[in-house]
Amino acid sequence: MNTEIHDKRIPIIRIKDFLIVSIQVDMHDKLAIQLQSQILNEIEKTGAKGVLIDISVLEMVDSFIGRMLSGMASMASIMDAAVVIVGMQPAVAITLVELGLEMPGVDTALNMEKGMEMLENRIKEQDIDF
Amino acid sequence: MMMQEIVKDNTWEELGKHAIDTEFDIVNARQLVRQHAKNLRMGIVDQTRITTAVSELFRNMYNYANGGEVLIETGIVEGHKALIITCIDHGPGIADLELAMSDGYSSGMGMGYGLPGTKRLVDRFEIQSKVNEGTTVRIMKWK
Repeated sequence: MNTEIHDKRIPIIRIKDFLIVSIQVDMHDKLAIQLQSQILNEIEKTGAKGVLIDISVLEMVDSFIGRMLSGMASMASIMDAAVVIVGMQPAVAITLVELGLEMPGVDTALNMEKGMEMLENRIKEQDIDF
Repeated sequence: MMMQEIVKDNTWEELGKHAIDTEFDIVNARQLVRQHAKNLRMGIVDQTRITTAVSELFRNMYNYANGGEVLIETGIVEGHKALIITCIDHGPGIADLELAMSDGYSSGMGMGYGLPGTKRLVDRFEIQSKVNEGTTVRIMKWK
């Protein structure tokens, strides 16, 4: 993993109705909070229906980052967008459970492709509902 | 409730001392801890556990105690080659340690937040605290 501390923004890529974010650095708290508002702004600007957050490179998710991710999922849901976290490393998943951190409202998928399918299905269901 | 404190012996060796004053210090210090865990040939899950545990402790110091100091050591503890991390702050202290270490408290906020979760991630967890003087948490992890 890159051990440098980046003060740069984490890029958000838009593909069709989706936003794709790949977290490639060990985030300090301000960067995590900045990413949260950046994604919400992007949802507002683009009307995106789903957000995929790739954390496959993250070697650690502590309670702060965990709460940031679940907070973002609830905020996005209020803005009518679904958030799927993809690629969590098994060691990270084990540690989160042992830490006792619950992440309500956060959907997860094994990889980008499955995450994308998940979001597409979600949007289809919504189309049927309304 | 508290376990017998482990006494330092001549197998212990200091690996570093770092101040936790900024968010960047939290990130730097937890990466250092991971590197030390790697050097001790801990598996990936144990590396993640100790890195996450120290991240929680460092953030506690940063958020609630105006920062603090971390001492990284290695040594033989109960027959294991252990990584030993001591977090020392001079913050408000924790009035009721027993309450802070009980699981329900982990959903609260403030000094001592999340300590039970952190304890589950390590092999030894020792805490001393005095109101208005500060808190010292020492954790140990081995393979």
